[in-house]
Amino acid sequence: MSDHQGGGYYLPSPSGWPIVGSTALALFGVGMVLWVNSVAPGGWLVMAGLGVLFYMMFGWFGKVIAESESGKYNAQVDRSFRWGMSWFIFSEVMFFAAFFGALFYARVLSVPWLGEGDTGAILWSGFKSVWPTAGPLGAKMIAPMAEAGAGEFAPMAAWGVPALNTLLLLTSGVTLTIAHWGLKKGNRGQLILWLALTVALGVTFLYFQATEYHEAYTKLGLTLGAGIYGSTFFMLTGFHGFHVTIGTIMLIVILLRCMKGHFKPEQHFAFEAVSWYWHFVDVVWLGLFIFVYWL
Amino acid sequence: MEATHAIDHDHGHGHPTGLMRWVTTTNHKDIGTLYLWFSFIMLLTGGTLALLIRAELFQPGMQIMRPEFFNSLTTMHGLIMVFGAIMPAFVGFANWQVPMMIGAPDMAFPRMNNWSFWLLPVAASLLVGSFFVPGGASAGGWTMYAPLFLQGGISNDMTIFAVHILGISSIMGAINIVTTILNLRAPGMTLMKMPLFVWTWLITAYLLIAVMPVLAGAVTMLLTDRHFGTSFFNAAGGGDPVMFQHIFWFFGHPEVYIMILPAFGIISQIIPTFARKPLFGYASMVYATSSIAILSFIVWAHHMFTTGLPTAAQLFFMYATMLIAIPTGVKVFNWIATMWKGSMTFETPMLFAIAFVCLFTIGGFSGLVLAITPVDIQLQDTYYVVAHFHYVLVSGALYSIFAGVYFWLPKWTGNMYDEKLGKLHFWMSTIFFNILFFPMHFLGLAGMPRRIPDYALQFADWNMVATIGAFGFGLSQLILLVVVLKCIKGGVKAEGRAWEGADTLEWTHLPSPAPYHTFETPPTVK
Ligand code: HEM
Ligand SMILES: [Cu+2]
Repeated sequence: MSDHQGGGYYLPSPSGWPIVGSTALALFGVGMVLWVNSVAPGGWLVMAGLGVLFYMMFGWFGKVIAESESGKYNAQVDRSFRWGMSWFIFSEVMFFAAFFGALFYARVLSVPWLGEGDTGAILWSGFKSVWPTAGPLGAKMIAPMAEAGAGEFAPMAAWGVPALNTLLLLTSGVTLTIAHWGLKKGNRGQLILWLALTVALGVTFLYFQATEYHEAYTKLGLTLGAGIYGSTFFMLTGFHGFHVTIGTIMLIVILLRCMKGHFKPEQHFAFEAVSWYWHFVDVVWLGLFIFVYWL
Repeated sequence: MEATHAIDHDHGHGHPTGLMRWVTTTNHKDIGTLYLWFSFIMLLTGGTLALLIRAELFQPGMQIMRPEFFNSLTTMHGLIMVFGAIMPAFVGFANWQVPMMIGAPDMAFPRMNNWSFWLLPVAASLLVGSFFVPGGASAGGWTMYAPLFLQGGISNDMTIFAVHILGISSIMGAINIVTTILNLRAPGMTLMKMPLFVWTWLITAYLLIAVMPVLAGAVTMLLTDRHFGTSFFNAAGGGDPVMFQHIFWFFGHPEVYIMILPAFGIISQIIPTFARKPLFGYASMVYATSSIAILSFIVWAHHMFTTGLPTAAQLFFMYATMLIAIPTGVKVFNWIATMWKGSMTFETPMLFAIAFVCLFTIGGFSGLVLAITPVDIQLQDTYYVVAHFHYVLVSGALYSIFAGVYFWLPKWTGNMYDEKLGKLHFWMSTIFFNILFFPMHFLGLAGMPRRIPDYALQFADWNMVATIGAFGFGLSQLILLVVVLKCIKGGVKAEGRAWEGADTLEWTHLPSPAPYHTFETPPTVK
């Protein structure tokens, strides 16, 4: 095989990374099954699975980056990546949609049904269907952010840390865009400074979310086990926080790549992919802020 | 290799041989082959479970197994057939055919393509392995309904993680297919010139990306309800078990179209070929497929008519479901109109295609019957439903897979298959299929419940008939295995255009067997 010229679409040769990834998910899956059932080596297998997964991502993405930097990807390959990333984000949107759907279904339909009518009264006498609730047999709701005693929980108020976090994430969207302008103008200083700032905002967000969780568990009596409110609250904000973590790691990776001089003003798909992802995480947060914290 | 084709030169041209060829391959044809063989193995596995079910039901009374095991069998049969046999088979077809039909050098993301496949054996091992853990395999039905699924043992967690891994595989596979179709078409191959198989896969892949994550969300909620104290499906904590059904069927109904749209695509390639006429109403086929896909998002609660839905919701879902019959009818009409006054010949692919049109339509009609809310309240969870979905899935999805295998074997292997054996396979399958499933309509209408290992005496006769049909159908599939193996080994050499009526790129531009790399320089389509 000699050189590639003209409009050739880059086709990678056989690769061992996928099977490494399958091994990782096998270890992780079996490990999780054992771990949630408290069977001995479960935790270790999960760790091993994650370890192999990171090894794979390192190797696989490393190879892609090397191919990209050596100019193997033409404009058509670039377009493939764009389509791929867009559809991936769409799949993520649908994943969150399932949990938002659960939230709306509970709030608008099933919780009112529990308290309504004869059946509700017979089955759960005295249960008033309000939101937030931990359900007829769950903990009792008290005022937001109040100290909870045994058998009580306090919902999370919107206008403290969550509002601050909204501000942080929205700002990070702006800083990221300014960094992108820097990249397009070929102004490396602007690029790196504003990208670093974005990372810092992401990390701060995560720090605040951690303190919020800590407070929920230690003071508010608000846990995963606090009925349907606790379930939807932690699963939605938790998966979001997980995505922010991934987004932050991706931002750090492209920050390091920018510092190494990667990306060209006219071709920098990886940067754009990360920024799309970051904006997506941002938008999900707005949904959370409005429907989980505020309304 | 032409100079215009860029290939990774760290590794040169060759590819590893032996086992490592298949483990590391980035070639769409190799990966397609892997998918198809995997699917065939799963078909035999799921089929064996089905035969065990039918053996137990041969006569009333408990004969050969404990009821818990019977429940595991129905559950695993459903999961393995849906996620292990039907879906991977269609992805196998997509891998082999989509690049060749649109003039692309390969799939858009060849390495990810490999990963999509190699996740399947992991998931399948979790599923099949769950038979051997304490408590036995999942027994709550393939639909994994709460609260049943919240109870039960470690195997339910294995099922949950298997579903997660299958979901990752499907989503990556679908992203690959969408991207290939949208970005790798040869110059001149406009959207409205794409073969219908490619169209149906484009829409199927969209459905997959939209609903597999929802299924992932549903099983995640099951997992946290089981082990992390959440109350999504627990009324005492303010949740609702019916909510699981809503989320599941929001995935589930589009899922049944995921299993039938590529089938429509395959049939739409085969019928024009053997009728020697262009497909009647190409554009209307595209629009019908799209409308089916869109409508499939708003009909899910027809699986839930007996859960106490509000009347308004029952009416809405009843009418919405009936609406789907319109675009489906358009398709059936177009296939028949394609055959109308065509110069037809009846090779095995065409036989399966014609049987598809007849038998799938029976399944569509029984679906329409079930869509009528007051009728469904009678028939829900009876054998009538079992008859319905086997007419659409076996004589629909599976028949299209058989048809497609016979149709493209000459292109894949370079040899013609044994036509006599192929026809034998067809007639045996079709006769036994109807002996197996047609009586289930009667059983269901008479009130026999599904997923029950024992039954009242009045159902005995038709159950015995069905079991005879089942063993006949199951054994007939071994003929397919023989045909395929024989065809791989040799036979009459196939021409590039093995079927004179075939006019898509893989037939008009490529020799048989198709070379390992094809269309490295894209053809120009006029
Ligand atoms: C005209 C089109 C169709 C209509 C109107 C229709 C309608 C229905 C209805 C109303 C049910 C619920 C029955 C019940 O549980 O009481 C049902 C079940 C089912 N349908 Fe269809 N259907 C159609 C086509 C299809 C197709 C194309 C497939 C798959 C290829 C399919 C697969 C299934 C399956 C698997 C079930 C049973 C699920 C379960 O409970 O395990 N259907 N269908
Ligand atoms: Cu349905």
